[in-house]
Amino acid sequence: MTNSHAQDPVLVRWILTGMALTALVLFIVLPLAVVFVQALEKGWQAYRDTVVQPETVSAIELSLLAVGISVPLNLLFGLAAAWAITKFQFQGKNVLTALIDIPFGVSPVISGLVWVLVFGAQGWFGPWLVEHDISIIFAVPGIILATTFVTFPFVARELIALMESQGTEEEEAALSLGASGWQMFFRVTLPNIKWGLLYGVVLCTARALGEFGAVSVVSGHIRGQTNTLPLHVEILYNEYNYAGAFAVASLLSVLTVITLALKKALEGKTSEQRG
Amino acid sequence: MSTQVSLRSFTRQSILPGFWPAFSYTVLYLSLIVLIPLSAVFLKSATSGWAHFWKSIQSPSVMAAYRLSFGASLAAGSLSVAVGFLIAWVLVRYHFPGKALADALVDLPFALPTAVAGIALTSLYTENGWLGRYLIPIGVKVAFTPLGVTIALTFTGLPFVIRSVQPVLADLEPELEEAASSLGASRWQIFGRVIFPLVRPALLTGFALAFARALGEYGSVIFIAGNLPLKTEIVPLLIVTKLEQYDYAGATALAVVMLVTSFLLLLGINVLQRRSRQFAERA
Repeated sequence: MTNSHAQDPVLVRWILTGMALTALVLFIVLPLAVVFVQALEKGWQAYRDTVVQPETVSAIELSLLAVGISVPLNLLFGLAAAWAITKFQFQGKNVLTALIDIPFGVSPVISGLVWVLVFGAQGWFGPWLVEHDISIIFAVPGIILATTFVTFPFVARELIALMESQGTEEEEAALSLGASGWQMFFRVTLPNIKWGLLYGVVLCTARALGEFGAVSVVSGHIRGQTNTLPLHVEILYNEYNYAGAFAVASLLSVLTVITLALKKALEGKTSEQRG
Repeated sequence: MSTQVSLRSFTRQSILPGFWPAFSYTVLYLSLIVLIPLSAVFLKSATSGWAHFWKSIQSPSVMAAYRLSFGASLAAGSLSVAVGFLIAWVLVRYHFPGKALADALVDLPFALPTAVAGIALTSLYTENGWLGRYLIPIGVKVAFTPLGVTIALTFTGLPFVIRSVQPVLADLEPELEEAASSLGASRWQIFGRVIFPLVRPALLTGFALAFARALGEYGSVIFIAGNLPLKTEIVPLLIVTKLEQYDYAGATALAVVMLVTSFLLLLGINVLQRRSRQFAERA
C-alpha cells in the first residue's frame, strides 16, 4: 500500500525519517533505557539486594493480588457487557456503551478519591466501618477497588469492538442445530473471541500492575502492607535511594516490554478474527 | 402483563439466550464500581456548601495550578500533534530498517507505569542526566520547571496523536495525489490542499485525546515537576495535597471542576470522531 503513494524525493525521505527517529529516541527510547542503566549503576549485587528485599517482595505480592482480583472481575464484566451490547438490540445501548468508557476519562487521582468518599473515615460508610473494625481505605481492599475502577473498560471495550464486527449468525446456527446456551458459548462464541479477549486481558493486566495515582490516594503508603510496586518505586525515590527505585522500576519496565510484544503479536490475531 | 409489554418494547426479540442475565449484571457492576462511587464526588460537593466550594476552586494556589495544568496540557497537546504527525507520516509512507520496532515502541507510553516514566524523565533532565548535562549549561532548565511538565505530558500524549493519524494516512487514496499532481500541483500544494485537510480531523481528535489525558495525568508529572508551591503544582497534585490535609470538601470541589472539564472534552471528542468518520465515508 505504501508504495502506491506518490513517493517523496530521497533527500526529503531521509531528513523526515531522521527527524522522526530522533524524536522517537528522545521521547520514548531514552526514558526506557535510562531505567535499566540507572538500575544497574551500583552493580548486579546491589540490584539483586533491592529486588529480594522483604518490602519489594511484599509489594510484588500485593500488586499480583490486585491484578488477580481486578482483572478476572473486569473480564467477567467485559464478557457480560459485550454479550448484551453486541448480540441484542435494546433502548439506550449507546448510552450504556458510553458509560463503560467513563473511567478512561477520569484522572487517576479522582479514581482513588471516589473510594475515599465512599469508604473513608469521613465517607458514606466510614462511621459504620469504624464501628465494625473494617478498614478499606489505607488497606488492601481500597487498593483493589481503585485498581478495578481504573482498569474497568479495557476488556469490555475490546470485546465490544470485536463482537460487533462478528454479528450473530454463527450463534444462531449453533442454536438451531440443537446446541444449548452454554454449548453455544463455549464452542462458538469463546473460540471466536479468544484472541481479542486475551488482548483485553493483557492491556488490563499491564494497567493494573502499573497504576499509580489512584492507588496512591487510597493506600496510605504503609510499607510492607499497602505498597504496590509503583508505590514502592516512589517511596525509594523520595528516600533518595535512586538505584533502588530504578531497580524496582526496571521490573515494571520488563513487564511493559513483554506487554508491548504480546500486544503486537495479538493485534495480528484479532484482526484475523474480525468478521 | 404491563411489565411484559414494556420489557418487550425495550428489547427486540432474539433467539439468542442470556440477554437479561448479561444486561442486569452489566448495569449492576457498572453502577457499583463506577456510577455510584463517581456520584459520591458530586453529592459530597453539593452537601459541603457553596461558600467553601467557591473558595476551594479559586484560591491562589489553585489558580496557579489551573494555569499550569491547562497551559502545559495545551503546549504538550500541540507538541504531540507536531511530533506525532511527523512520526506517523514516516511510519506510514516510508520504508526503513527497524520500522516494525519503531511502530511497537509508539505504544510504550500507554504501557509504561506512570511512576516509572516520571522518575525516568526526571533523571534524564537533571544536572547530571543524559540530556540535562547538555541543556543546563546552555540555560535550558527542564526538570522542576513548567517545561518539564510539558515534556512529561508530551510523552503521555504522543501515542494518542500517532494512533489517531496513522490509519487515516494509510487509507488516503493514492489517486487523489496523482490527480492533483497531474493537474500541475506542486508537492507543497498537494500536502497543503489535499493531504492535510483529510488528516486534520484525526489530528484534532489526537490533540483532544492527548489534552484530556494530560489534564488528569499525575504519576509521570509529579516527579519532574518538583511540586514547587505556586510554580509547578498541577491540579491533580493539589487534590492529593488537600486529601492529605483531610480537606475532603476542598479536594472534592477541585475534582468536580476536573470531572466536568473532562466530560465536556469527551463529549467534544465524540462529536469530532463521529464527524471524521462521516467525512471518511463521504470521501
